[in-house]
Amino acid sequence: MRHIIAVLLENEAGALSRVAGLFSARGYNIESLTVAPTDDPTLSRMTLVAIGNDAIVEQIKKQLNKLIDTVKLLDLSEAPHIEREMMMIKVRAERQDREELKRLADIFRAKIIDVTDTSYVIELTGASKKLDAFLDAVPEGLIIEVVRSGPTGITRGEKGLSL
Amino acid sequence: MALTDRQADVAEMELSGGEIVIQALVDEGVEYVFGYPGGAVLHIYDALFKNGSLKHILVRHEQAAAHAADGYARATGKCGVCLVTSGPGATNAVTGIATAFMDSIPMVVLTGQVPTPLIGSDAFQEVDTVGITRPCVKHNFLVKDVRDLAVTIRKAFFIATTGRPGPVVIDIPKDVTDPNIKIPYVYPREIKMRSYNPVEKGHLGQIKKAVDLMVSAKRPVFYTGGGVVLGEGSAQLTELIDATGFPITSTLMGLGAFPMTDRRFLGMLGMHGTYEANMAMHETDVLIAVGARFDDRVTGKLEQFCPHAQIIHIDVDPSSIAKNVKVDVPIVGQVASVLDDMLRLYRERMPKPDATQVADWWAKIAEWRARDSLSYDGSGPSIKPQFAVETLYKVTNGELYLTSDVGQHQMFAAQFYPFDKPRRWINSGGLGTMGYGLPAAMGAQLAYPDAQVACITGDASILMCIQELATCQQYQLPIKVVLLNNGYMGMVRQWQELFYESRYSHSYVDALPDFVKLSESFGHVGMRIERPQDLEDAMREAFAMKDRFVFMDVIVDPTENVYPMIIAGKGHHEMQLSPGHSDRELA
Repeated sequence: MRHIIAVLLENEAGALSRVAGLFSARGYNIESLTVAPTDDPTLSRMTLVAIGNDAIVEQIKKQLNKLIDTVKLLDLSEAPHIEREMMMIKVRAERQDREELKRLADIFRAKIIDVTDTSYVIELTGASKKLDAFLDAVPEGLIIEVVRSGPTGITRGEKGLSL
Repeated sequence: MALTDRQADVAEMELSGGEIVIQALVDEGVEYVFGYPGGAVLHIYDALFKNGSLKHILVRHEQAAAHAADGYARATGKCGVCLVTSGPGATNAVTGIATAFMDSIPMVVLTGQVPTPLIGSDAFQEVDTVGITRPCVKHNFLVKDVRDLAVTIRKAFFIATTGRPGPVVIDIPKDVTDPNIKIPYVYPREIKMRSYNPVEKGHLGQIKKAVDLMVSAKRPVFYTGGGVVLGEGSAQLTELIDATGFPITSTLMGLGAFPMTDRRFLGMLGMHGTYEANMAMHETDVLIAVGARFDDRVTGKLEQFCPHAQIIHIDVDPSSIAKNVKVDVPIVGQVASVLDDMLRLYRERMPKPDATQVADWWAKIAEWRARDSLSYDGSGPSIKPQFAVETLYKVTNGELYLTSDVGQHQMFAAQFYPFDKPRRWINSGGLGTMGYGLPAAMGAQLAYPDAQVACITGDASILMCIQELATCQQYQLPIKVVLLNNGYMGMVRQWQELFYESRYSHSYVDALPDFVKLSESFGHVGMRIERPQDLEDAMREAFAMKDRFVFMDVIVDPTENVYPMIIAGKGHHEMQLSPGHSDRELA
């Protein structure tokens, strides 16, 4: 099963490599990992997506918690939450494709953020599945480049992952 | 101001980074530092020279510095400390750090680093120490500012010694120890870390559940590990065995936490454990695991592990629980504290031990025990390694601090030298590091100068840290080395015999030195013992030399194998006894 795990880490040099090293050393599958500082400059927030059965995910969470730099950890998948990923996609946009791609962007509530005579850059934010669906919808052969941020997430309701 | 004079003095002390390192170790109560100087730590060594109150032990290889600090820690329960230079100094220490990590030994390792402006430039003797050690430490630090030095050292000791202990590396660039930059020094007494709060007490509700299982168990067994030694839970464990009357088995790392000469002790379990211990594991209905981590050498085939049991697991490290084996009652907490609570709750339920509860179970165990799975054929003209260990036990009254290297001799020692106290059996269980024994014995002997310390070893292992004979001479350490010399890497040879149709690929240690002359050349006493009838007298003579390092080269039967044995991929109930046994195949 797919789990989205949010971790608050001490914003120390090397904290990220401890997490990455943990996954490679223990042979866990990691689908994506994003990290950035928070409103508190001493803390970083990391979101990682891991895939595995319950026992493996349980072990991943324990091992993450065991890292000295880990301050708090939450498995977002265990409760109602919102997941968002950002994608920028560069497509070939010529002749009739220009209209088609514009319509497609509108349907998905994406934004065209760069235009040339022959190309668009389209920005799209949403759950990872929505991003996948958009990629599937783009006519074949038009994609030049895709960049995705990896998912981040937050719980619903007033409770938050903070100190 | 309300500062006392002493506090005022402390507050006014101005020290350089090098001096801070040494003063912090003194303030931490460190007795010995095991180390080896080099370019990046010269400022620290200069401060050490001027300080004079901290004892430094000069090893002959950085691996030995780490092992000696580790041996000191295992013998005393205190934190071991070592100090090495950058680059090769640090990489040499890595084997020792990994050894300590796998067995959860508290240790602080100070490594020199090239000056901060040179980091990342491939400078002379530069290596990414923090990167290299990351997977084999509990935590590590790179100190880039002298103002962070004292607090980082305090944090390192705090992390190394609390929770599940482990080694902590502090990498210190040379410019951070610059003697010309002095700052006010105060050593922090208390440290709080928002990201690190080790658990102390276990959850009472969980302990109560465990007690419920225990009082209704028909075939219970305690399975205890190194955590009982590390967590100082020996006394509580012994009381609990008294209160319950249950049988107990132990892992290699836990030997001595409960008296091994006690009848309720079934012997070690696992690959080379006793038949009765492993059969008890297979048949038990309630398994009480205490400070043990269900290692593959212990469990055998996981699918067949304890098939009838409800499992209670007490451990200070939540990630140890349910890592390899599903657990019914997990209890996270310090072993001593959890066992205290367990004992109290158990006594509330069972004020008096009920012998009838487990009478049938003990009868069954007695049958297994009667197979005498450790028996060996002692006839023949050569010395059997088992006999050598039995003689060692007899000569030393079981009172040794015994360190070991890795291989057959290690297993024979675990089987035939019953320890009745914790911290007496010192060996590399998790990583299985050959070369560990001699330097570890140095640490133990320095910790207890008046105690009998011996290192049991093999002819392959001893050569891996043989240079430490010089250290033993320099500090006049009266260690006794018992070399079970079979001219082979015995355990490798055994596996090649059993699983590779006796193709002894490179397991013969050709061109061994004359160990007697070798020892003598370092200023020690050397003895060579070849006949069984000479062994006891020779050992008595060796141990009578209280102030000398004696190297006993005991020539043993080269074909002897360690039995009983669970072949990899088999279950506990499928042990193989030695070829001399009439009912050898028990599967």
